[in-house]
Amino acid sequence: MRTMEDIASYLREYDGRTLKLMEVCGSHTAAISKFGIRGMLSPKIRLVSGPGCPVCVTPSAYIDRLLELAKEKDTCVVTFGDMLRVPGSRGSLSAARGEGASVEMVYSPLDTLKLAAENPGITYVFAAVGFETTAPVYTLLLEEAIRGGFTNIRLLTALKTMPQAIRNLMQEGGEIDGFLAPGHVCAVIGSDAFLPLAKEFQIPFAVSGFGDRELLLAIYGLVRMAKEREAAVKNFYPSVVTPQGNLIAKKKLETYFMPCDAVWRGMGNIPLSGLLLKDAYKRYDAGSASLIEDKKLNHGCRCDKILTGKLMPQECPLFGRSCTPGSPQGACMVSYEGSCYQNYLSDGGNA
Amino acid sequence: MNKIRMEHGSGGRSTGELIEQIFAKAFSNEILSAMEDAAVVEGTPRIAVTTDSFVVTPLEFPGGDIGRLSICGTVNDLLMRGAVPKYITCGFILQEGADTVQLKRLVNSMAKTAKEAGVQIIAGDTKVVEGNGGIFINTTGVGFVPEAIDISSANGRAGDVILVSGSLGDHHAAILSSRMGIKNTITSDNAPLTDMVKKLLDENIQIRTLRDVTRGGLATVLKELAVSSGMQFEIEEGALPINLQVWDFCGLLGLDPLYMGNEGKLIALAAKEDARKALEIMRSAEYGENAAIIGEVMEPETESERGRLILKTRIGGRRVLDILQGEGLPRIC
Repeated sequence: MRTMEDIASYLREYDGRTLKLMEVCGSHTAAISKFGIRGMLSPKIRLVSGPGCPVCVTPSAYIDRLLELAKEKDTCVVTFGDMLRVPGSRGSLSAARGEGASVEMVYSPLDTLKLAAENPGITYVFAAVGFETTAPVYTLLLEEAIRGGFTNIRLLTALKTMPQAIRNLMQEGGEIDGFLAPGHVCAVIGSDAFLPLAKEFQIPFAVSGFGDRELLLAIYGLVRMAKEREAAVKNFYPSVVTPQGNLIAKKKLETYFMPCDAVWRGMGNIPLSGLLLKDAYKRYDAGSASLIEDKKLNHGCRCDKILTGKLMPQECPLFGRSCTPGSPQGACMVSYEGSCYQNYLSDGGNA
Repeated sequence: MNKIRMEHGSGGRSTGELIEQIFAKAFSNEILSAMEDAAVVEGTPRIAVTTDSFVVTPLEFPGGDIGRLSICGTVNDLLMRGAVPKYITCGFILQEGADTVQLKRLVNSMAKTAKEAGVQIIAGDTKVVEGNGGIFINTTGVGFVPEAIDISSANGRAGDVILVSGSLGDHHAAILSSRMGIKNTITSDNAPLTDMVKKLLDENIQIRTLRDVTRGGLATVLKELAVSSGMQFEIEEGALPINLQVWDFCGLLGLDPLYMGNEGKLIALAAKEDARKALEIMRSAEYGENAAIIGEVMEPETESERGRLILKTRIGGRRVLDILQGEGLPRIC
């Protein structure tokens, strides 16, 4: 039996080959900062943040389209709070709202139903952003919209799927020694979904929860696997994650969505890494397929390199200078789950 | 008279009725009843003055209401400079359509809270504007500062202990629950801290700094104190008092209790030798039963440690805390 103290001291004193481990979930990025885990690890264990924050990887064209919709007559954009401040090429939803654009912030997509019922003359467009974790919730909104005969509810989707992004990252020369697999995504798609990647690239995956001890344990497991070059998927979040995942949620995703090519901010187009409403439900789509342009907002911004683990946030020339949470130049500084935002917080902006 | 109409702000007959039936009834005292243009009151050589406006939604929430809040907020600000709160003035801005039955409840709540806090309401004003039934309150407070008192945000010294008077984030979580229609038993902690501060000062505890934990939460307030004193502050995650329900509520919504506001909690920096006694006094005072020692003030060893706030996490990590970034939750007070 090993105690938490044993695990902490192993990670502190690790002296094997230098390992670069990537977490690909924004909530992990935030939790690692929150618990001060980076400072508990040997300098030979480097944690880097991957493209796991849904807000951070949404391209500028998508934000621009939301802005256009919010300014249209009798149209209202409905969104979670974290999209409000993300800059597109012509400003953010938050700024547009200040200028009179119609934007509603909600905590659940299902809140859209009440709005749509109360104001039948207004079309409500939900900003459906997220990974496999959030996507099933949008299917619930669709189900209810269909059941209730709503004609004034639409989705503007920018949905992403994780395994293809990891494949792309490895194919593009990402020198990663192991992945901390996203616990919430795995709860839906199952830990087995990462098996093919482990085999293909001969790297380990450790599925982790979000508590302090859970994270430390999963990192320990991942270091052990990476050290032995063990190409496997181990589940350190068994209370929530099963090998097959949530079959009901997976079924709902298959019913409403089909895989599509998707543009990730800073990373470009990744084949079949997104989800789009199937043709049978096209009448609920507010034109999601065409939003592929991704303009760099500031040419100094290194979001692309940071999202793929090639640079640390502090290595970006804008970090902590012109790019801060108060005036973000790139998406990684906008969201609470962005790696630049979290690094800025825990570093106090000392570039 | 069930709804406020524009004529209630006319200065004429309807205004008189409103004042008589609602305000004068609840607030009656000699100074106010004289109905003069200004109150003339006794004073001392050093007085503390503060003002605050209250715009919270909803107007009534679990554990409190805007009336109680408008007294507590201002009284607590006076207390944080070591002042003995004495007088309060209040200005009401009512939107047409405001419910007079509710207004009466809020005004009675103010009167009751003022009595509890030991302050007299000595002047007031009412205006009516177009709108949709909103009620906004401004209060200004005056307190007497005893001669020897020197309590300021810049006074923290190396070795001082950091105390907090109770659980974090209660008010914020109560307001948010109420706005989101989430059912739980979280109640706002809005309360005047008169008893607690009086006892600390009466017992001659060496208090360097007092600060109430409001918008921005504990982390924001402590970071500001670290900066103004030029010290490094270290707090222990495991020592922070947090109500279990608030903790779970924050977990569900992805909120951090360190950045959630209170309306009846204070932070005290006290000399190390007085730490135990200060804790006992806080715990025995009203609204202080969950008080805790949460950290200490350290001499910065390098320039980058100056003004820094560190959270020592349960698993042994160290997290640098900054002030609240972004919007937080609007209109919680």
